[in-house]
Parts: sequence; C-alpha cells; structure tokens
Amino acid sequence: MEQAIRISCNRRNLKVVRDFVGEYLAGQQLSEVLVNQLILAVDEVVANFIIHANAENEKQFLDVRVTVLNREFGFEIEDGNSSTYSPGSYQEPDLREFVRVGKKGGVGMMLVNRIMDRVEYSTVGEHTICRLYKTLT
Amino acid sequence: MKITQHATDTTLTLALNGELDASSSVLLDTELSKPEILRTQKVLIDCQQLNYISSAGLGVFISHLQTFQDANVKLVFFNMQEKVRNVFEILGLDSLMTIVPSEADAAAV
Repeated sequence: MEQAIRISCNRRNLKVVRDFVGEYLAGQQLSEVLVNQLILAVDEVVANFIIHANAENEKQFLDVRVTVLNREFGFEIEDGNSSTYSPGSYQEPDLREFVRVGKKGGVGMMLVNRIMDRVEYSTVGEHTICRLYKTLT
Repeated sequence: MKITQHATDTTLTLALNGELDASSSVLLDTELSKPEILRTQKVLIDCQQLNYISSAGLGVFISHLQTFQDANVKLVFFNMQEKVRNVFEILGLDSLMTIVPSEADAAAV
C-alpha cells in the first residue's frame, strides 16, 4: 500500500512530513526507536531538498511517497522543481574535525546513510528523486 | 520548540520542550551563542520533553562544543529519551558529549 503527500518548500512543512511518515509507520508494529530513525532519514532528505535544492521557495513543491512490501520500507522524495539536485558522492565526515572547527551542518546524510540500507538518487525527466530503503526482518 | 531557562551562580539549565529540527534549531543556537553563557561553569540540557532531534539540532551542539571546552564550560545532557539518545549514538556523539541519566548525575559531573 502506498501513501503520498505533497508539500511546499517551506521548512515548517518538515513537521508535516514527519507526522505523515509517523502515522504510516504507526500501524507497522515497529519499535519507537526504529520509527524515529525512519522518520529522521526522511526528514533529513526532505530538509535538503527544501533548503539546498529549492532555497526554501514556497512556490516549489515536493512529493513524498511511502510504501512497504515484504517488510521492505521504501520512501520516495521527488523534487517538483525541474532543476536537478544531487548531494554528490557521499563521504563519511570526521566528526572530531567538525567539533574542532565548530561546523554546524554536514551530518544529515551521515545519519541517512547509517540508518537506511540503500540511498539512491536518480533523475526522471527533469525531476530528481531520492529513494530510501530499509528491510526489517 | 520551547526553551525554559534556570540559572544559578555556576550553572545554566536549558529545558528543551518539543522537536529540534531545521526549523526550530535557530532558537537554540541563539541561546547557546549568548556571550554570558561562557561565564558559567556548566550548561545542563534537560531533554525530558525533547521528543525529536535532527541533524540541524545536533549541529547546533556540535558547533558550540569546542567553544565551551575552550572556555572550561561543561555541556551535560540529562533525562534523554531513548529514541533521542539513539540519534546521538548513530553518529557516535555519545562518546564526544556528556550524556547522563538524571539531573542529579548532571549536577555531579
């Protein structure tokens, strides 16, 4: 079963997405910690799309879709903007260096990659889609 | 996100209530950026009512940690919910920051 939501690119809508994902997962008999992890992974990707890909332009929108099939949870975040966006190749940051220099950002995708089994960015037409997958036994 | 403050001569306690994300983390950053905070000995973060933290919230703490350490200000988290502590653990931040179970433990640090 798939459920979907469309939001405008305003960071206040992060809460809307978290509630949407949380309500979907509420019926899946998952632990509170695991539900929080999955919500967090989606939240981080959506925040990147809102802030970095769309510069918080409220005229732009994102589509968020959630599916579960054979205990594989899939989350799809599609950028409604026609510009392509990708965070580039992922490298694990050095957190001690972040602390030393007082770096404020840069750990979001670290969380996403450590939580999810697969993180895939692709371009369909003119739209960028991020797909997140996690299989639970 | 609501932040309640309680200060003594040596300690500033910030009780966080709500969700700390890319939208609300600016408020916390403003509080931790105040110059007078570096004149205290300890900053205690009461996480009992903190229901969620994202990388934006973690980033605020990461960005101030070195400044606090350089000023000999201890940053201590207590009353943290399991799901919130788990987010710190995913990144290994629980080994870089001081997280204790209770307010009494935080006072003893």
